[in-house]
Amino acid sequence: MLYVGIFLIIPTLVVVVAAFLDGANRPTLANVRELGESYIAKTFWNSFWVSALSAVIGAVFGALLAYVLATGNPHGTFRQAVTSACGVLAQFGGVTLAFAFIATVGPAGLITTWLIANAGVDPFGSSLFELRGLILVYSYFEIPLMVLVFLPALDGIRPQWREATESLGGTTWDYWRSVAVPILTPPFLGALLLLFANAFSAYATAAALITQGAPIAPLQIRTAFTSEVLLGRENIGKALAFGMILVVAVVMILNSLLQKRSSRWLR
Amino acid sequence: MTETAPAPREGSAAVPTAATRAGVEVRLEGLRRTYGAVTALDGLDLTLHPGELVALLGPSGCGKTTALRLLAGLEDADGGRVVVDGKDVTHVPTNKRDMGMVFQAYSLFPHMTARQNVEFGLRLRGQDSTRRTARAEEMLELVGLTAQIDRYAHQMSGGQQQRVALARALAISPTVLLLDEPLSALDAKVRSQLRDEIRRVQLEVGITTLFVTHDQEEALAIADRVGVMRAGRLEQLGPPTEVYAHPQSPFVAEFVGLNNKLEATVTAGEADVFGQRIPLVDKSFRAGAATALIRPESIKVLAVDHPDAEGALPATVLASSFLGAISRLTLDAGPAGHLMAQLATADALEHPPGAQVRLRLRPNPILVTARD
Amino acid sequence: MSATIDTPGPALTAAGASLPSRPGLRARRRRNLQILRITVLVLLGAFFLVPLLSTFEFSIRGIGDAPRTFEAWGRIPSDATLRSAIIDSLLLAVLTSVVALALMVPTMIWVRLRLQSISRVVEFLCLLPLTIPAIVLVVGLVPVYAWVHYLAGTDSILTLFLAYVVLVLPYVYRALDTGLSAIDVRTLSEAARSLGASWFDVMVKVVVPNMASAVLNAALLCVAIVMGEFTIASLYNYVNLQVAIQQLGLSDASLSMAASLSALLFAFVLLLLLSFVGRRRDRRGKA
Repeated sequence: MLYVGIFLIIPTLVVVVAAFLDGANRPTLANVRELGESYIAKTFWNSFWVSALSAVIGAVFGALLAYVLATGNPHGTFRQAVTSACGVLAQFGGVTLAFAFIATVGPAGLITTWLIANAGVDPFGSSLFELRGLILVYSYFEIPLMVLVFLPALDGIRPQWREATESLGGTTWDYWRSVAVPILTPPFLGALLLLFANAFSAYATAAALITQGAPIAPLQIRTAFTSEVLLGRENIGKALAFGMILVVAVVMILNSLLQKRSSRWLR
Repeated sequence: MTETAPAPREGSAAVPTAATRAGVEVRLEGLRRTYGAVTALDGLDLTLHPGELVALLGPSGCGKTTALRLLAGLEDADGGRVVVDGKDVTHVPTNKRDMGMVFQAYSLFPHMTARQNVEFGLRLRGQDSTRRTARAEEMLELVGLTAQIDRYAHQMSGGQQQRVALARALAISPTVLLLDEPLSALDAKVRSQLRDEIRRVQLEVGITTLFVTHDQEEALAIADRVGVMRAGRLEQLGPPTEVYAHPQSPFVAEFVGLNNKLEATVTAGEADVFGQRIPLVDKSFRAGAATALIRPESIKVLAVDHPDAEGALPATVLASSFLGAISRLTLDAGPAGHLMAQLATADALEHPPGAQVRLRLRPNPILVTARD
Repeated sequence: MSATIDTPGPALTAAGASLPSRPGLRARRRRNLQILRITVLVLLGAFFLVPLLSTFEFSIRGIGDAPRTFEAWGRIPSDATLRSAIIDSLLLAVLTSVVALALMVPTMIWVRLRLQSISRVVEFLCLLPLTIPAIVLVVGLVPVYAWVHYLAGTDSILTLFLAYVVLVLPYVYRALDTGLSAIDVRTLSEAARSLGASWFDVMVKVVVPNMASAVLNAALLCVAIVMGEFTIASLYNYVNLQVAIQQLGLSDASLSMAASLSALLFAFVLLLLLSFVGRRRDRRGKA
């Protein structure tokens, strides 16, 4: 308890409080107002759509993969292997992931060099190191995370619901439209939010890919954290961190509300 | 019952009501179904008469659920035909068969209230909302659930959920009602209540019904006829009293009710058990050494000084278990081994454990098998 | 529970693979499902495997036009920076799991036995780190670490474990919670107490042995997470495994690729082990 207090609550409070203090520990709104500055607002906006897009891609493909697993043998080795792999891949962002994509579609990547040699085109250029690239790379851990989060919901879908729909005169389409989709919507949205928060908080992968500049919020914090401290702007990093906490907190609260609903439906 | 006549169905030329619908005959002809090496149905023939409730009874894996699912169209048949009301529906998909189905459990749509669940089938048929509402309320009233009409599945007990499922199945005025172990997930008291309730509703609507169960008591209590299944075939089909009293095979005898096995000698179409001559049921073994299957209630327990005790089989009461109005005695009959007898509790109290008694068999026809 | 006691697969989960093809509506539906399954698997399989294969290919690429070589893999243990980073990360992993377990096992058993009322609070606190981005922790922990370094008299890389314990907390919590839910702690402890065991005996000799696989799970998870950690170490200028790999990326691409792939394989093996532990427990639970 105390431990959690020291290493979790205090840092959070430090961030929240310091976001409202100036260099001489006087209360100020300047730092937070700074969040509205165009360059910072821009990084938050970038973070937002990179996270949103990678969450949507991850949610769609992850849900598909989860569906494949849910329709297979629930105790099979195949499912066991895929969920284990998802466990690793969902966790293992960061350097490894960045390198894997550099080796694939980076300037000297396997696919890039193959395309240049065989088709004479370089479709990727340096896009891997831009925001577009981040979306692709983030999908790599978002999809497995979606599988882990969404699979229990799919397992909660009972075959009786489909059979009942059919016996009541419904087609497969009726089943999906009136039964499966409405039941799965809350857990799907919940998972989508979780994926969003996950991408939004991700730092390591972006840091390893984008070494210069700070197009997204976590990298902006890096800049604020590592660069020389300018007078009067000591707590900008904390204000940024505070902004991130706000966004993630809102997302997680929505997520838990949705979860409450789906846990009633899918026992 | 005219007040439960369902509302006319949209788009049908003839206007079927419960009364007219009640005339449907269902025939399963030579149905076959295998799963890999496992034969679930091995040429099943079964006819359900119009308005009749037939219970398929058997141990798990006997093919009873497969039979119901083939009738519902939820499985493809490998061979044979399903004929409903004179029409071959073997290749008609489930959603065109118009059959109401109640599942074991958890079949209510969790995101809909009881009313919405019941209305669902009508919505699929494009009925307008006034008619749907009226029909849903009528059906929920039929199953005794007017108070829970706007509850979700997770706000209802298991028994209430199954009532809604029944109302939902009946709301579409189905040709046939299919009940797939609808009581097995409920606790004992609710189970017997709902069982009687299902029977009442079925009689009221007059719908041809197939009821699948592994519980013999349930099958005997609810059905017009009971079909005992084994290894994908019907072992015996008949009214509950007949199946119970005159089992035509040792399997049926053992599966339906508790049995004592006693040594017997068969001569001239009668069995000699404990020195008593007992008639045999039809398909029994005809001559020689045999094992007789005797129901616990066919054993009369007599006090030693009873006038009929003379020459009867001596036994000692080992234990007595009280089952309410009746009690079951465990008896040690010496060379005949341990036996179970069932009798009115009032009578059983006269034979406490340790008492010496004499046993006689009631002269009901019995089933015997060849002794190894 | 399935509605169909004597049919092998309910309609939704009918995996066509083991069934012979048969004509009919259901069979057609199963075939369509099978086609969808295979398409999804092939596409996503490619998406997930190609980057890993490319990493591997990159790691054995010769310099210039030189032939392919496993030379970079051979250099993993001999590279001085990498080796010390691996050792530091392993030490951190051990420290983190020991401390996290020492903190959490007694707390969770105690909460379950005596303090049911605060179990929601504990759950909330333990899962909280999931929602606070690591990068935010980095910012907030600066003053905490200033104190730690002052009090400990050292700013060794090993002090990182203090932050890592927070990172692994949610995972440890979940693993232990699953383990504890599987056994009836209260009855076990009451039985042990009635036989004269002290509270210490109850925990060490009764409860913990019954949740051994959950503890192992939690420990493996800790190791996997610590070995993959980058954010905190890199911003505090410590060189742990991931930071070392990243720095190598600038100077020795093949070696860094080889190292990062082996780190991933290491984590995969750990998690695979974990899933087998889980499966054994499942089976025992069902029997």
